[in-house]
Order: sequence, then structure tokens, then C-alpha cells
Amino acid sequence: MSVSSVYPALEELLPRVSKPVQYIGSELGATVKEWDSTTVRWALMYPDAYEVGLPNQGVMILYEILNEIPDVLAERTYSVWPDLEELMREHGVPQFTVDAHRPVGAFDLLGVSFATELGYTNLLTALDLAGIPLHAEDRDDSHPLVIAGGHAAFNPEPIADFVDAAVLGDGEEAVIELTAIVRDHKHEGREALLERFAATGNVYVPRFYEAGYDQETGRLAGTTPNRAAAPEQVSKRTTMDLDQWPYPRKPLVPLAESVHERMSVEIFRGCTRGCRFCQAGMITRPVRERSLQGIGEMVDNGLKHSGFEEVGLLSLSSADHSEIGDLAKQLADRYEGTNTGLSLPSTRVDAFNIDLANELTRNGRRSGLTFAPEGGSERIRKVINKTVSEEDLIRTVSAAYAQGWRQVKLYFMCGLPTETDEDVLQIAEMARNVIRAGREAAGRKDIRCTISIGGFVPKPHTPFQWAAQCDPDIVDARLKKLRTEVNADRSLGRSIGMRYHDGKPSLIEGLLSRGDRRVGAVIEAVWREGGRFDGWHEYFSYERWMRCGDEALRPHGVDVAFFTTRERAEDEVLPWDHLDSGLDKQWLWDDWCDALDEQEQDDCRWTPCFDCGVCPSMGTEIEMGPTGRTLLPITPV
Amino acid sequence: MADDRPNPSAPTACKLWLRYAKRGKLRFASHRDIARLFERAVRKAELPIAYSQGFSPHPKLSWIGAAPTGTASEAEYVEIGLTESVEPDSIAERLGSALPGDVAVLQVVTAGEGALADRMLASRWRITVPVPDDASLEDAVAALLDAEEVIVPRRTKSGLKDIDVRHACVSIKVEPVSESFPQVSGHVAKQPPGEGVPKAPGYGILEVVVRQMTPTVRPDDVLRALHVVTGHEWFGGPAKASRIAQGPLDDAGQLVDPLVGDRMSST
Repeated sequence: MSVSSVYPALEELLPRVSKPVQYIGSELGATVKEWDSTTVRWALMYPDAYEVGLPNQGVMILYEILNEIPDVLAERTYSVWPDLEELMREHGVPQFTVDAHRPVGAFDLLGVSFATELGYTNLLTALDLAGIPLHAEDRDDSHPLVIAGGHAAFNPEPIADFVDAAVLGDGEEAVIELTAIVRDHKHEGREALLERFAATGNVYVPRFYEAGYDQETGRLAGTTPNRAAAPEQVSKRTTMDLDQWPYPRKPLVPLAESVHERMSVEIFRGCTRGCRFCQAGMITRPVRERSLQGIGEMVDNGLKHSGFEEVGLLSLSSADHSEIGDLAKQLADRYEGTNTGLSLPSTRVDAFNIDLANELTRNGRRSGLTFAPEGGSERIRKVINKTVSEEDLIRTVSAAYAQGWRQVKLYFMCGLPTETDEDVLQIAEMARNVIRAGREAAGRKDIRCTISIGGFVPKPHTPFQWAAQCDPDIVDARLKKLRTEVNADRSLGRSIGMRYHDGKPSLIEGLLSRGDRRVGAVIEAVWREGGRFDGWHEYFSYERWMRCGDEALRPHGVDVAFFTTRERAEDEVLPWDHLDSGLDKQWLWDDWCDALDEQEQDDCRWTPCFDCGVCPSMGTEIEMGPTGRTLLPITPV
Repeated sequence: MADDRPNPSAPTACKLWLRYAKRGKLRFASHRDIARLFERAVRKAELPIAYSQGFSPHPKLSWIGAAPTGTASEAEYVEIGLTESVEPDSIAERLGSALPGDVAVLQVVTAGEGALADRMLASRWRITVPVPDDASLEDAVAALLDAEEVIVPRRTKSGLKDIDVRHACVSIKVEPVSESFPQVSGHVAKQPPGEGVPKAPGYGILEVVVRQMTPTVRPDDVLRALHVVTGHEWFGGPAKASRIAQGPLDDAGQLVDPLVGDRMSST
């Protein structure tokens, strides 16, 4: 049966909402296929506003890979703001895709990419607007299979009631495999499809597992399969040889303004720096580099296709690419004099990075440099394994100011394990030293340093998964003291900007990150009371989360603190123990103990393997250069 | 080695005036969205675009009174600065293929004398209004034209401002619905010709020539003025507007093509 566009009905509503352009699609690079000429249809969702969701690389990659398959159709859907949500409910307009404005409820699969757990309430809005029952157990063959992916899928227990399945790890091959299963076995019905998904070993179907709890302590006793198709451990997928996956080939270019007005090329995936707070670095191992030539082609094709003015060379720590120096120089040569900007997000504090940044900004756009020391004191940096000395930092930023940079941004976290007031107050001292050294190096006073501070959230599959999350009152008090300390020296303080948010959203993110299935009732209660867009401070309500949290968890004999500010014991069963990121749990525990002892851990790219467990258990290995080759020259006419 | 890449630091050697349309879903694009779209299209088309000087150079695109977000237009104008002389017709083709289908380059001429904005003294808008019948619409138009002034409050950057819509209206008339003319997007969906489809609520078409004033009187201001003089709620319903033309007014109060003289001199 064909499915018609909801656009005529939507069009009547759009003049009444803010920024209607975000709902019309029509992006460069978008694909619209005939519904009837396809056999498997995916709706891909990023559960946040269009401006945040559109640039998401994961969705863009899967969208293109799926649409390259002739009988497969993939369209995108994003969260609608409450103004449109209200009108859609009033006029009976369902959740729609932006490509052909088809109702999401008509698709075979709804894939939702979670970069952050704060998108969970938005998932419920989308399901409800789509006419899909919120609870997976209430769905029938007429409803799409709701599949979670992205980093948050490494502990999908809090949304176990709402999703049919979760895919662990890289999605490129997983979506192709799931598509094949749906194509061949659609007629067998929902339950059979999910059993086939589960049998792949990489797809977690929460309904096929039972979670048991210890009545006395409220702790999880275990999560065990309840049928043969479900494996005891679900393992992540790893896409090897990125050069075989040069996506997105045609980056989507939105009409609306988005958070990234540039195209991105992923230069490598994975990171083994071993920062202990970083979930991304832990769950995406091993490092897999894209080759210089592969990057060169993607940059060239992407710019030609998109008309973008800037390219971001994306990864978790871009300056660590084994040929980053050559890459920067060759790209700068290629685009010299064309007003094409090149940027390197996520750089570590390292003098070498200033040379890189200089190379990438030959055209003269030198605004600001960003570094992430993450911790204010040398001691806390050892705890989190972010090895950088203050001398190195000062040397690095001095070089930057001397070479014409005027603004340096430093990122920190507050609420880290073992942290004291003193560790945080040292951020002020570091910033003052940066300004002192910078003024001397630049020979002028109008330089600035901005310190930006986020609350630390312990995440699953990291050495800090056992840690007690810091109470938001303590975080807020420390940040207040830091503010006073920064302002104490007026002459230096006025060159220092400070940006931070209060610690409350972090606590809720913590609840959703390390929660188990019992947290699902909290999410649903918050959503029913109007919770939406929890990543946006104008919508986030701490009071509502805490109230619903206490009410929904009380029958189970636990509370919000149980999941957040409580330290876990070594022998405790964790809600994600049956989900395998490849990391050996014993290694994670040892690394946690090393953190408490302020012991650092090297990077396995340059030192011997330290047995984190990923490569042998996943059958993978580090893929990195140098290749010693050069970019393919673009032939001048 | 020959290098034919655009040289962004070169001075402006040639100015073009360009008329384009925004249609369909793209009526919901704001002026800033359209501006970004053109900047990217210019790069994609590898036009020898001139850049402003300074720390953060911008491509030289000068916009003339953009149609408001939510309205379509067949008569938008932009001036483009290039670093070398280019045949205007080739620009239409190159730029057109780099823009989405709902943005159409309609006309390109070498810039004429004076500022293009100075020629834009009035706009002709076609506005589709959900009304019970044409007679009601005729009555409303007559009421508006009979009034000495019709004041409508408008939110501007400096707060609420009273604007006199009656003064801005050069002419306003009801067009027969059946007439085929450049269609405002979405009509087809609203009035399906097929059998068995329930008839959508009626609508009428207004054609209004609005004088350029500060602040600009927009189609929704005209509708609000009609609401003020009649009290009819349907002027607050889902209307659609499209700018059909923009340009100088002749002595008879008729809109004239602003590029007519330049087109002749450029060919």
C-alpha cells in the first residue's frame, strides 16, 4: 500500500511555528525514493532539534549507505519543537520524515541514534506522535521495529521498555545485515524478525532477557536470556578499513542554519589515549585510520558537492593521526587562496598542534584555539589519565599567542573522582598563568582565555563506571568558589571568561547513563508530565526529574542516589555486563584502581599492548599509518 | 602550471543583477537561509565571485528587500560582484544548476545605473485567502479602499509600530480563482479536482500592489488590515502569498519591470 505525504496538512501549520524551514527537508544531498518500488524502509531519527540532528555524521552515513541499496528507502526524522508538537496533536498530523514527509509509523524500521541519554524523552514524543505504542510489548506487525543505536546504546536498559532492539557499535554493516533480514523474513512477523536480529550476536533485544534484583539491597542480580535465540553476551560491531566506507560521499547541506556550518570528514575512528572519563574513547577501540588519500578524496568530493566553505577533520583526537602533519600541509597547499577553511576539532595540548593550526589557517582566519586539559591540577590529570603538564600548556599557548592567535579556550570538567576544591581552584591559577605568559608572548594586552567547565558524568564501559557521581550541590559550590577566585585578580581576571552550567542536568544524565530497567518508569513519568528536550536548559526541569525519580523508584526500594552518587563495589553486577564492548571488566577495574593511585596509562599505539581486551575479543587490530603516500593531486585544467 | 581557481582577493570587475524565484517548500526559508544557499551555490558553480576585504571576507552578494519567511516569490533580486567580466546568460545556467529546483534564476543582466534598490518602489502580491465566497472578499476589499487610513500594529526591531496599510496599497483587487496564472504553491492540494474528494473550504485570490515604505508592508499586514475593516476571522486563517513582481511604478500606477532597460543594453 502506498503512503501519502503529510505535507499538505503540515504546510497549514508551518506559518504558525518558529523556524519552519527546519521541517521542510529539501537539503542538498537528500534522497527521495518511490515508496512502492522499495521493499525495506527505514526511518532514521536523531532525537533532538533539526539544527543539532542534521549534522550528525552517524545518521548521515547510514542514510546514504541504505539509500544506495536499490530496493531500500531511508528517510530522516528529527524532534519537533513543542510549538509544532501542540499543533500536530490538535490537527492530527503524525511524526513525519523531512525527506518526503511520510508518516514515521508506516516504515518497517525506526532507527534512533542516541549520542546522549538526554534524548530519551524526545524518543517518547516521536513514538507517540507517530502512533507507535510507547511500550515495545504493545506493538504489533503494523508498527515499525524501533532500534536504538549510538553510544548510549551501550547501556540501553533505561529505555529497554521502549525499544525493540539496540545495535552495539559501528552501524555501517549492521544496517545492511538487518535490512537483509527484514527483506527476506518480513512475512514471518515481528517476533521472528527480532529473534533473527538477536541471533546475529550484535543486536540486543531487551525483551529476550530477564533482569533480576536482590530484594534486600535493590541491586541487580543479573540479566539473562529467556530464549535460545538470544546470546548471553551481545557484542559490538566494528567497521574495519575505513577507506572502504568513504561516507558521507554527499554530505547533507541544510537550508536551515545548523550547529556546524561545515562539512566533516572522519579521519580516524577510535582512540586509545585512555582518558578514563571518556566513554567514546573506550567503546570505539581500536584506532582505525583513514588513509591520506582517502581523506583527500572525501574532502575534495565533499567540497565540490556541497559548496561548504569549511571542512572539519573529525575524530576523537584529530592531531593523533599518524600523518596529520603531511595531511595539514597538503590540504593547505591544495586550497591556498580559495577561502576554504580547514579545522581540527578535539586537539590535545601540544606544541605540535600550534604548527598544525597555523598550517590550516594560512588564509588568515585566526580566531580561537581550543584545548582540553580537563583537570585543573596535575594530580587530577593523573587520575583521569589526561597527561599534560602545566609547563607544556603554558609553552603551547604562549606559542599560539606569539603567532597571532588572540583567544584560547580551555575545557575542564568538575566533579571528577577524588576531586577536591583545591583541584578545581587550580583552574583559575592555570588561566592566570596563561594570560600572563600570553601577554608577554603577544606583546599586547588584548588577548583572552575562556575556561569552559562541564559536569563530569560517570559512564558505562569506562574505568569510572564504578565511581560515585559528585553531588550537584558540591559541583555548584566548587564552581562558585572558582568564579570568585578568577575574579580575585582584576587585572588578569578581566581577560578570563568563564562558562559553565550548573551540575543538575549532569546528575540526571548520570541517572540515565548508569540506570537499569527500573529507570524506564522515571523517563515515562517525566515525559507524561511534559518533559521534552532535556538537553536544552530552557526545557530541562531538575525538580520534575527528581520528583518523578523518587516516585517511580520507591516501589523498587531504590532512589536516584542509588544510581548516581553511590559508588559501586567490585563484585556488583552492572546493568550493561551482558553487553560487550570488548573491554575486559578486570582490566577496567584495574584501571579504576590505577586512577585512584594516580597512576597513568600509556597509549597502545606507541607502547606495547596493555591488554584492555578489545582486539582479541573482537578480532580486530589497530589500523594506522604512516602510509608514506601523498594526497591525490587534483588535476588543474 | 595554470591555475584557473577564483582569486578571492581580486577587486570587483563586473556587477550583475539577478532576478530569481523561491517556490514550493522553500517559501519557508528565511532570507538568511537563502543568502547561505546562494553563497554555497556560487562556490559550487565556481563563479569568479569577488570577496569583501578584511579579516573575515564575504562573497559580494547584495540583497534587495527579501520576501518574508513563509511567502513565495517570482521576483527576488540580488546584485553579484565578480572579479572578471562574465556573459550574464552563462551565469544563469551555472548558478541555476547549483541551486535547488525550488529556487530558479529567472533573469541576469549587467548592472545598470544607480542602485537597484532605488528602483523597487512597489511589489505586486498574490494572496490566497480562505474565504466563504468571492463576494465577501469583494466587500472586504471595498471596505479597505473606502477607508482613509487603516492602522495595523507591527513588531519591528524597535518595538511595536503603527503602519498605515491603506496608504501603502496602490491597488487591490479580487482575481477569479479559475484563471491560470503563476500559481501559489499548494493550491493543488487545497482544491483537488478529482471526484469523490471532499471539497476543501473555499478560497479567494487577492492581487495587491503595495508601495515600498519603511517598515515594509507585507501580505500579512494587508490581511490584518482586512480583518480590521471587516472583523472577519477568516483573514487570520492559513493564507498563502507570492510576490509576482517588484519594480518602479509608472505614471498610471502600474508596476514596470525594473530591468527592462538593462536587459536591452546587455544583449
